[in-house]
Amino acid sequence: MYEIVIISGKGGTGKTSVAGCFAALAGNAVLADCDVDAANLHLILGAKQREAYEFSASKKAEIHDALCVRCGACRDVCRFDAVSETSEAGEFKIDPLSCEGCGVCFYTCPRQAISMKEAVSGRWFISDTPYGIMVHAALRAGEGNSGKLVTLVKNKARELAEADGVRYVITDGPPGVGCPVIASLTGATVALIVTEPTRSAIHDMKRVLQVCRHFGVPASVCINRCDLSKENTAEIMRYCHEEGIHVIGEIPFDRAVVDAMVKGLPAVQYVECEASRRIRNMWEELKTGLAEKSDG
Amino acid sequence: MVISIASGKGGTGKTTIAVNLALSLNGQERVQFLDCDVEGPNAHIFLKPDFYYEKPVEIPVPAVDEARCSYCGRCAEVCSFHAIAVIKDHVLTFPELCHGCGGCIRFCPEKAITEIGRHIGVVRRGVAGEIDFVQGTLDIGEAISPPLIKAVKRLIQRDQTVILDAPPGTSCPAVETVKGSDFCLLVTEPTPFGLNDLSLATHMVRKLGVPAGVVINRSDVGDGRVDRFCEEQGIPILMRIPWDTRLSELYALGEPVAQSGSEWKAVFLRLFEDLQRVV
Repeated sequence: MYEIVIISGKGGTGKTSVAGCFAALAGNAVLADCDVDAANLHLILGAKQREAYEFSASKKAEIHDALCVRCGACRDVCRFDAVSETSEAGEFKIDPLSCEGCGVCFYTCPRQAISMKEAVSGRWFISDTPYGIMVHAALRAGEGNSGKLVTLVKNKARELAEADGVRYVITDGPPGVGCPVIASLTGATVALIVTEPTRSAIHDMKRVLQVCRHFGVPASVCINRCDLSKENTAEIMRYCHEEGIHVIGEIPFDRAVVDAMVKGLPAVQYVECEASRRIRNMWEELKTGLAEKSDG
Repeated sequence: MVISIASGKGGTGKTTIAVNLALSLNGQERVQFLDCDVEGPNAHIFLKPDFYYEKPVEIPVPAVDEARCSYCGRCAEVCSFHAIAVIKDHVLTFPELCHGCGGCIRFCPEKAITEIGRHIGVVRRGVAGEIDFVQGTLDIGEAISPPLIKAVKRLIQRDQTVILDAPPGTSCPAVETVKGSDFCLLVTEPTPFGLNDLSLATHMVRKLGVPAGVVINRSDVGDGRVDRFCEEQGIPILMRIPWDTRLSELYALGEPVAQSGSEWKAVFLRLFEDLQRVV
């Protein structure tokens, strides 16, 4: 089983569009959307939800007003500024968005007026798509623990692939370089970094390549909207060459890719255009590379 | 006034809006710019600040003096993050899991635990024209960004016009940035992805109690569903930027559009006026 993770550093470079096309081209893959706080892959894969589960990974503190003697010890020990005193009644309240669930207030309270309650911070789903089973999730707005939810989605996808003898797990990753990206990369066979020839995307691509190196995941690069700036595209090629990173494809800008998204389809299923041809070639090359890797 | 620029979806144009708004106001207002996208800070590419100050940001993690430790296991019992473990007569710490709550130190009966700093990133400060520029950069391999975002936000000058460039998404890094703002501009595009993520971002700002308005970028691609969503939700659309190859090319080169003498300056000043009317 091969696990292909698509990331970018900078958001909006085309990760999900590429992941959707790969899903369609693979024919039979397990699909995982690890961008759990802004998941979009299901929108172009015609996903039909089969199972839904609640996700809770942390507890939140709650003050029981009847037991509270307003001593303020909880506020004094909280390092996350989650406890505040309401001005009118002198009551103490916990802001659930700031509470990290560390429990220091719970252990400190002299009157046992604080309890730690399991908090639901999102949901996760198993859905059917025409291209295979998909695992995805929706973190509640404003919640933490995205890394844990990503790990859950990935493990579930891996499990389903193993159970059904499926060859590929295609993972649409989150932007950035932090916790959810690290969780997405853990255990991956290969990372595909989708970048574009802009100063910002190059800056962020270099950072995410360092993350791949840090965690020992081999990476290749794909340049989306490669015709936007010839100079920047050339610079990406030069940089990757120097760093020994394979540039697996260049995709020219095409309005058809946006049109496909509006229609809720992967670009390769919508229209035969230059962009979809290039994505097809990329997938073939990636597949061959993975096969050679396991042979060699 | 503190204005945060956010979006659920990445790549919708947050930094473009933030940078050009700052440049347009420069000279008219005292402007402070904080790049809170510490995982992928990009605003410096456009504003080209001269940095005069750099400070490491650390989070407190436990250091155990085993000479004093009685291996009672209380530290492991109170740690909600499994960042400290006691195995027979040895204490193991996992600093990358530590949230720095201080529980183990507080509850150790032998006072055997102290705190040491663990480097997670840097905060830089500089000037770009007259703009006071602050940026955070998270170390590679580091998972938790909110403490660094907090360190960036500690430099906020509330008496100025403060522009916060937020990271994408709607989880803790975005929340940490937008929290406490007077207004949040949500940048989106009229596509199904843009709409889905705008609706998530709308939830986030409501939870935080921050008033918001929308900027629709590449407003002539896609469909009309973002417009309908904003109307239903009663969120004002404050600006529309049609697709323009020239804008993308300038962006690619790292050049802002609102330079002196450019017609864009007036466009962004109007956005600022409209925004003040809504707050």
